[in-house]
Amino acid sequence: MGATFDLWKITKTTLFYALVVVIVVVSVFPFYYAILTSFKQGTDIFRITYWPVSFSLENYQSVLSQGSFPRNLLNSIFIASVTVILALFLAVTAAFALSRVRFRGRGFLLMVILGVSMFPQIAVLSGLFELIRALGIYNTPWALVFSYTIFTLPFTVWVLTTFMRDLPIEIEEAAIVDGASPWVIITKVFMPLMWPALVTTGLLAFIGAWNEFLFALTFTSSNDTRTVPVAIALLSGGSQYEIPWGIIMAASVIVTVPLVALVLIFQRKIVSGLTAGGVKG
Amino acid sequence: MATDVMATPVAATGGKIKSELMQQRVRAARWFLLPMLIALAVVAGWPLLRSIYFSFTDASLNNIDGAEWIGFGNYFRVQQLASGAVRYRGLLVDADWWNAVWNTLRFAATSVFFEAVLGMVVALVLNAEFKGRGIVRAAILIPWAIPTIVSAKMWSWMLNDQFGILNDLGLRLGLLSQKVAWTATAETAMQAVLVVDIWKTTPFMALLILAGLQMVPKDIYEAAEIDGVHPIKQFFRITLPLVRPALMVAIIFRLLDALRIFDLIYVLTPNSSATKTMSVLARENLFDFDKFAYGSAMSTLLFLIIAILTIVYIWLGKVRFDGGDR
Repeated sequence: MGATFDLWKITKTTLFYALVVVIVVVSVFPFYYAILTSFKQGTDIFRITYWPVSFSLENYQSVLSQGSFPRNLLNSIFIASVTVILALFLAVTAAFALSRVRFRGRGFLLMVILGVSMFPQIAVLSGLFELIRALGIYNTPWALVFSYTIFTLPFTVWVLTTFMRDLPIEIEEAAIVDGASPWVIITKVFMPLMWPALVTTGLLAFIGAWNEFLFALTFTSSNDTRTVPVAIALLSGGSQYEIPWGIIMAASVIVTVPLVALVLIFQRKIVSGLTAGGVKG
Repeated sequence: MATDVMATPVAATGGKIKSELMQQRVRAARWFLLPMLIALAVVAGWPLLRSIYFSFTDASLNNIDGAEWIGFGNYFRVQQLASGAVRYRGLLVDADWWNAVWNTLRFAATSVFFEAVLGMVVALVLNAEFKGRGIVRAAILIPWAIPTIVSAKMWSWMLNDQFGILNDLGLRLGLLSQKVAWTATAETAMQAVLVVDIWKTTPFMALLILAGLQMVPKDIYEAAEIDGVHPIKQFFRITLPLVRPALMVAIIFRLLDALRIFDLIYVLTPNSSATKTMSVLARENLFDFDKFAYGSAMSTLLFLIIAILTIVYIWLGKVRFDGGDR
């Protein structure tokens, strides 16, 4: 009896770890293979290998030296940063109002905010296009800062609202007794407590803005104003049959490594930020 | 919304001061909300209304300002040909459009189903105590962190018909008898898109489900163990009902995301009518085919379809966004 039980237990453990290995390999392999390809040179790219066989920085040199890729990187960094800062600035006060003050229509307002963040972006595309051209910001970074607000702002408001709602009442009480105004309460009482939440929310919004494609494709039209996702999507060789895979993979690795690093460093915070938006809502 | 559990610090203090303070706070709240509301009205509300308006006009890319009202013409109109024959025109009888609608719905249903099942598996694994759990969690965050465009490019390289590693792997393992042009063949294009999307978004699903799993008290399982309830029965009788609220919310988030899919398909399978979704077709009409008004009609209809599906889902599934039926 004991022996069969042990055998069953061993099988179970083995199967479980096999599953774990499958999950890890499937998750990591495409990125690993992109890195592998990016370090291959010339015709090596077309030799399929599962392990590194040669090492060359050629692809990285060419993606960073020719074309507008460095410029596209700067564009992406600028646009994502400004978008996030603006969104956080507007969201902190709004989140305070939505989480700490009871007023009529609050539930409805929260639903509207959630609705906007889940919006199909294509539904506003033609209207935004008209507006952006009318404002004279078409084909500038500001067109993207402007349009990205549509998803970064509701998202930051939503997550910060759930965060502020969980803070205990007591921290405000003393300030209220002292006659502090709501503005003072936000800046002096809440802000010092909110740094972790601001960092998490900001990071998630940054990733969203960094990865955005539809607006970036539509509201910019020249190589110099594009962001990295659009630049990578449009990287092409002389003809359909000359796709520069090595260069594309090098560019992909360049834009992905910082994100993966950030995500792994802030793992715990990101997971809690994601689930705050989803489950606790 | 969990409005009842919200903190109202002044509720405890009494009388006149209370109402004065409350009024002061409500007034401040209005001013605090105003900038955000204006911003949302400008970037979301106004463009949405204009897009809907354009769908009732004859606007074209170079003549947006001079657009004239033509009523429902973009959606449906009856055309009398010179020969006397009657033709129905417009979006509602456009086969390409309904093909895109079908593609979108098929894609959304299939991808979200597999993501929910696989997400549940990954979440159950992550919820177990074992060595190396941290590594698994870090690993599954990688697909999520990779930009969609980048993952589309990575996969289209791996799925390449000539030099793709997946064809090579399939041949070596004997799963394939010949190399397959995954993204170019009509039959496999949708499968390719589905695989990439499921790979990329299962982690998100898994993390949301995991958060739900971690709220299930451990002693329920201990009690079930003592009663000799089979693990599979435990899953369907205890785990599933208890994570249902989290699962339902995760599914609607993913569903809304899947219904508006654009970037993955635009990059992975360009110009394939087997995968063209509503968003891709709408953008094509708006900016590539110079049918600005017609494209606006598509985006309006897409908005309507998604809104209706969302309402039906929330209503049928009794979804609550406050963490569920506790």
